[in-house]
Amino acid sequence: MLFTGISLFSGLSFLCGPFHCGPSLCGPSPCSCLFLIACSLSSCQNPSLAVGSSVSSSVVQGSLVHSPGALVRSSGSMVNQYGLEEEEEEEEEEARGGVPTRDLFVTVDHPESHVTAIETFIVYRVLARTTRGDFDSSEYEVHRRYQDFLWLRGKLEEGHPTLIIHPLPEKFVMKGLVERFSEDFIETRRRALQTFLSKTAEHPMLSRSPQLKVFLTEQDLTAIKKQGPSFLSRMGDSVRAAAIAVRGVRARPQEFGAMQDYADEFSCKMSALDKVTQRIIKEQNEYLEELSQYGPLYSQWAELEADLSEPLRGVAGCLDLCGRETEEQLRHLTEVLQPTLHQYLLCADTLKTVLRRRDHIQAEFEAKNDALASSAVSKKGDLETLKEEAAGLEERVESANSALKGDWARWGDAMRYDLREALVSTADKNQDYYEKCLAVWETFLLSQKTPPGQEED
Amino acid sequence: MILLASSIPTALGSVKLTAVSTEQNNGWNHLTSLYISTNLSSRLEVSVAETEKRNGKNAMNMQETFTVYLVETRPVEPLADGRQLAPDSLWRRYSEFEILRSYLLVTYPAVVVSPLPEKRAEFVWHKLSADNMDPDFVERRRVGLENFLQRVTSHPVLSHDSLLYQFLTEVSATSSRPGSHDELMKADSRLRALSATFRVRNPDRRFVEMKHYSDELQSHTSQLLRARARVADRLYGVYKVHGNYGRVFSEWSVLEKQMGDGLQSAGHHMDAYAASIDDILEEAEHYGDQLKEYLFYAEALRAVCRKHELSQYELELACQDLLSKKQQREELATGSVRTFSLKGMTSKLFGQEAPEQREARLHLLEEQIREGEQAVEERRSECQVHVGGAWVDVQRFRQQKDRDIREALIGYALMQISMCKKGVQMWSNTKECFLKM
Repeated sequence: MLFTGISLFSGLSFLCGPFHCGPSLCGPSPCSCLFLIACSLSSCQNPSLAVGSSVSSSVVQGSLVHSPGALVRSSGSMVNQYGLEEEEEEEEEEARGGVPTRDLFVTVDHPESHVTAIETFIVYRVLARTTRGDFDSSEYEVHRRYQDFLWLRGKLEEGHPTLIIHPLPEKFVMKGLVERFSEDFIETRRRALQTFLSKTAEHPMLSRSPQLKVFLTEQDLTAIKKQGPSFLSRMGDSVRAAAIAVRGVRARPQEFGAMQDYADEFSCKMSALDKVTQRIIKEQNEYLEELSQYGPLYSQWAELEADLSEPLRGVAGCLDLCGRETEEQLRHLTEVLQPTLHQYLLCADTLKTVLRRRDHIQAEFEAKNDALASSAVSKKGDLETLKEEAAGLEERVESANSALKGDWARWGDAMRYDLREALVSTADKNQDYYEKCLAVWETFLLSQKTPPGQEED
Repeated sequence: MILLASSIPTALGSVKLTAVSTEQNNGWNHLTSLYISTNLSSRLEVSVAETEKRNGKNAMNMQETFTVYLVETRPVEPLADGRQLAPDSLWRRYSEFEILRSYLLVTYPAVVVSPLPEKRAEFVWHKLSADNMDPDFVERRRVGLENFLQRVTSHPVLSHDSLLYQFLTEVSATSSRPGSHDELMKADSRLRALSATFRVRNPDRRFVEMKHYSDELQSHTSQLLRARARVADRLYGVYKVHGNYGRVFSEWSVLEKQMGDGLQSAGHHMDAYAASIDDILEEAEHYGDQLKEYLFYAEALRAVCRKHELSQYELELACQDLLSKKQQREELATGSVRTFSLKGMTSKLFGQEAPEQREARLHLLEEQIREGEQAVEERRSECQVHVGGAWVDVQRFRQQKDRDIREALIGYALMQISMCKKGVQMWSNTKECFLKM
């Protein structure tokens, strides 16, 4: 236990690096952190679990420090994160009713403008419903802004660097005439935020994240957010420092190489699909524009005519109705297909990032190994330290790999499901569009069939 | 000399009732007799069957390539033994049709003469060829020329024209007809007179309205044609971009093991969808041609109205002239000068003329007045004949227009329905592919 504790400590110090835990964070000294960790580890069955990454996240969570009970429970779920305990996982699944059922439902709605002296921003209402025991209540309502979502995702990444976390909608970029406060932009963003939260809540590991719980339950997030600057950036710094000394990962397992290739290809395809869809939307809009000018010309002509007036007006009416159907179809493209494709384009970046992090973790380990192998070690004590560090890093690599593999498969299923659904619904909508237009013209035709008595010779 | 005409055109255009003839046969008007008869089209089947490219020398002795059209005629009635005669045929080029039509315009100014298909492709949307030698354009022109011939051969007045008959049956008709060139020269100057502006004091109200209508009709149809071309252009763009889906789906299907098949076949459907727009829009050109016919008809209608104005104007001029001559006679007879005249001024300046001179002038004036009265009578009758005949034909034209446009709109609806059905099929198939993903 002590051995583990020490290796964890060194791992911890490596990770903490120049970072200084504020008093509210690890209020107690690092030793008491260890004590907490040690407690959690005592309940775990596999001592060789490298929990370094998750430990760091638990260290920086003020709320966890203050609620040890929750820590124990969540650490229990941390154990199952790595899927090594199949029995336990099955037990959990059974508890959820065989098929992994959701016990946490979130919605994001009611965007509202929030004006302060310094800035104006949009605040969204976030509702959470849950049957989970670790939540004090079954319903929560909080208000969050985009930055809060950014914070949450950042924390989730810190805690689970090799899990595939759904992307957030992009920050506002001045694109053409799109206004930051335009209805369309806000609505698109709201939907994307909704998707992000739903997917996170569905994810077997991420949904157990303490930060998610805080995000969904705490009224005032500002205090919690203030607890230390972005850990991730610090980790990034130190990792980069390490990377300078490292040539890059050497022996990347083949399967991750294949994943890398897939991620690159997938990114290309999603980008292409996104562009094609945007182009279709643009062309469709222009078509609609011309159609709206074309139809009324028939009405104008009708005013000039006597007998012809009726069929001319009929045609004008048909064109008007078809125009409305085209608007509907366009709406579906912009609200369903396009956002889905765009999100998976962003996902492709996440895939690459996750694979990169995994590579870094492995590179660190390899560097440590190299240091070990080299004979530039003077004291025996240093050699022992290096060995311990190397072992810890090796554990990290293994857990990162298995986390990534597991999540990759899961992500793949979700991706296929989502994209298929989006494409099917689009094809369905398009079919529906043509069927409606068909009906419009057939009605017109019927109206033009003169009854036999009135037929002119 | 009232012209009573009541023709009720049927789909074949045959005349049911007669009209009372006018008296003279002046160079203007061959509307001498409409007799109870069926018109040409019920006796003769006319079609423009084929087209061919020819090379030859044009008027400036330069080499050129042009298209000729095969005009076929065949009696409607089969032979006594029931056999159908083989059709007679001859080749004509577009410019010959133009000469025929110019002749008809000039010779029958009271008729709204059917237009020819357009000389150059206009109102094109971007992929539609503006090239006169393009096979699709030639084909549409063939249809248009056939339509023209069928319309004129079923017209109650035009169909009896001998030159028309020659055009259909004799090869050298348009070039060798004696005096045709002179007639056309005269016609040309009259036509130019038609486009000159002049003020008419008492035009027939109906023709003023009809001219206004023709302007409006022209404006509406041309706006419609322009907007239609723009819509077609955009629709083309939408369909074609879907072809890109085809390409990306195919590429993506290589990447995905599970979704590969579904994506691949969906990609094929997207390619087919993108390709389908070419045929759809080509077929839709027929509707455009129908609208164009009435765009040009508006011009023909306007020409009839202008002819009325010209006749009325000439009548008014003749009346004016007669009036002034009568006034001059009166002045000369009574010696009072009421109106300004050069003679009056010079006689004031240089002294009165001799009585013999006055007699001579009076005599001349009397003759001129007699001629003037005759001229007025002629002009008046010409005007009335034109008004009568034109009004009849204008009614015929209106009924034809209402029928044809209504048919065109129905055709348009049918085309839309066909396009929608294809779309339904296409996306239903694509959905199936996606479901298999």
